[in-house]
Amino acid sequence: MAIFKLEETKKAPSTINGKLRWILDNLVSTPVDVAFSLVILFLLYIIIPPFVEWAIINANFAGTTKADCTGDGACWVFIIHKIDFFIYGFYPEEEIYRINWIFGLLIAFLALFKYVGKTYTTKIAIFSLFPIIAYFLITGGSFGLVEVPTFKWGGLTLTLVISSIGIVTAMPIGIILAFGRQSRLPIIRSLSILYIEFIRGVPLITILFMGSVILPMFFPEGMTFDKLLRVLIVITLFQAAYVAEVIRGGLQAIPKGQYEAADSEGLSYWQKMLIIILPQAIKVSIPNLVGNAIGLFKDTTLVLIIGLFDLLTMVGLTSADSHWTGFETEGYVFVAIIFWVFCFSLSRYSKVLEDRLNTENK
Amino acid sequence: MGLWFMFTNLFDNIHARGIHTGFGFLGERAGFDISESPIAYNANSTFFDSFLVGIANTLYVSVVGIVFSTIIGVIVGVARLSKVFLVSKFALAYIEIFRNIPLLLQILFWYNIVLASLPRPKQSIQLGLDMILNNRGFSVPRPILEDGFGLVIISFFVAIGLVIYLSKKANEKFEKTGKSTFLLPWNILILIAIPFIVYLILGSPLSFDIPELKGFNYVGGMTYTPEFLALAFALSIYQATFTAEAVRSGIEAVDFGQKEASADLGLSSYQSLKLVVLPQAIRVAMPPIISQFLNVVKNSSLAAAIGYPELVTIFSGTALNQTGQAIEIVLMTMSVYLVISLIISIVLNYVNKKMEIKGR
Repeated sequence: MAIFKLEETKKAPSTINGKLRWILDNLVSTPVDVAFSLVILFLLYIIIPPFVEWAIINANFAGTTKADCTGDGACWVFIIHKIDFFIYGFYPEEEIYRINWIFGLLIAFLALFKYVGKTYTTKIAIFSLFPIIAYFLITGGSFGLVEVPTFKWGGLTLTLVISSIGIVTAMPIGIILAFGRQSRLPIIRSLSILYIEFIRGVPLITILFMGSVILPMFFPEGMTFDKLLRVLIVITLFQAAYVAEVIRGGLQAIPKGQYEAADSEGLSYWQKMLIIILPQAIKVSIPNLVGNAIGLFKDTTLVLIIGLFDLLTMVGLTSADSHWTGFETEGYVFVAIIFWVFCFSLSRYSKVLEDRLNTENK
Repeated sequence: MGLWFMFTNLFDNIHARGIHTGFGFLGERAGFDISESPIAYNANSTFFDSFLVGIANTLYVSVVGIVFSTIIGVIVGVARLSKVFLVSKFALAYIEIFRNIPLLLQILFWYNIVLASLPRPKQSIQLGLDMILNNRGFSVPRPILEDGFGLVIISFFVAIGLVIYLSKKANEKFEKTGKSTFLLPWNILILIAIPFIVYLILGSPLSFDIPELKGFNYVGGMTYTPEFLALAFALSIYQATFTAEAVRSGIEAVDFGQKEASADLGLSSYQSLKLVVLPQAIRVAMPPIISQFLNVVKNSSLAAAIGYPELVTIFSGTALNQTGQAIEIVLMTMSVYLVISLIISIVLNYVNKKMEIKGR
């Protein structure tokens, strides 16, 4: 009885190298792989050529009226004609320069922040100066600027206003909530947990309803409360709960020795938390914080449901124009591209930050 | 002080606007119709009934969204790690495109552009098997269960029991002798054949109500409305990108050495996947996938933008407008979501407990 039998000698490894090797390995290594690749090629074939044909080859780019759109393709003339709506909403035409100023100032301040802000004091000064200037520019009513009421704000401007204010103001509240959740005082701890879990358990739209229907009831009859302000308060309170959870994750990643070392240095609770623990916790949480910021940026579209004119609302409003009916598709595609560019570049940026901040030895 | 100020204002306002308070309104006649409802409802039903319809529709579209987003997500997540260049890049493109476009925009796009451009009922697209697609929705034959169909269902469960018994036997044999039996084709055969034979013996106790064109619309069968289709489709496509990322990171979290070690032990690639890689990958991937379920439920509330009659549309929308009892209604709506999120986090904790690394 043979205990083992000799196996056939294996073939020598192939000597093909370079690009051809890559193709053999990655595209056609087994029949199943080839089948999969063919299926994907077929999918690409039915998706991409018609889209390119619609969006570029048969599309109309030049012209001023609906009549200039002749081909079967997209009518980008519509977008070009309505671009002010998409970006500024109903902001008065002669005042639009003020919003452009804000965009310009933002770039200038970012540059200042990066190259001039060497110390924390200058950084904080630059960081807090911009919103003040932007506020006076966009609302007007002082310094000889015409007042523009908030119901005229709209489009990309409004989307950016809501999301940036939400992201920035939610940070400090979220940090306090995260501290609260770790507090040794039971009342503070349970209140923080209750708040965070409540907000995270319900959809944003119900909280927005609460802000638009219930919040005004808490104030006296004559006291009208700006709709945008209510949305901003609600969005901030909403986002704070999510920020708190992310920061808590960061706090939990800090070794106990850091707390003990800070205590033995004789630092007070707030000194310990703000100087030693928080900077490390934020560093760990940055990728998730950016992820949350992207989430909020996408969620700002929900203000459509309670009647603010954000970027997404502009699709419906512009295609309701009787001179320009039937171009909703172009509108949705255009708005989708804007959102996509913002979200995608933010997520790439968070990857870069993650690598840069990863100072651990790899 | 501030709270006292706010609450006195609240009571003044409620008084001044003549709004009733309390939950008495729940027993009153609602007086509005709901276009689709899994439970009995008409305009004479109470507001509480409309609340129940809202919950039922929320759960219905959420379950559909959870099932499809998980299926698509697992496939795309695995495809993302495929060695085949085109497959992994296609999965990457899918994830990056749909994750970075707001869900509400996607819902509106499917609803206002794609589904609205379908032909009218007279020119419906026939998909075969009596399935019909037009701008009123997607109609399919409705199965009508006749006497005896219960036995077919029972026989299906018997088949499941048999399959479990067989795999147990096969495992015992494997433990004793080291010989493994490949049961998968047999199991599939058992699961299909036994119920089918029972079905034939009983004389096919199942018939179909087929949708037919009458006048301007299709009557009969089961019709999924465009609102439902747009919401379920967008939810599945969007949430699947997050599930796919969870699946990918789960599989990537398994150290490559584990695969090499299992190959060293002489396991086949199927055995190594089943016994070594997957159990470890699931431990990492499961918690984020389960918390996606909660996101599906919460995001189903975006139906308010297209009018699919789920909880927020029906109750926080129509019922609120009719009664004006904003506080009670918004609180009831929120508590439904809170209960669902509580249930999901209980499930999550249970799963985490089950999957903890044992023996430490």
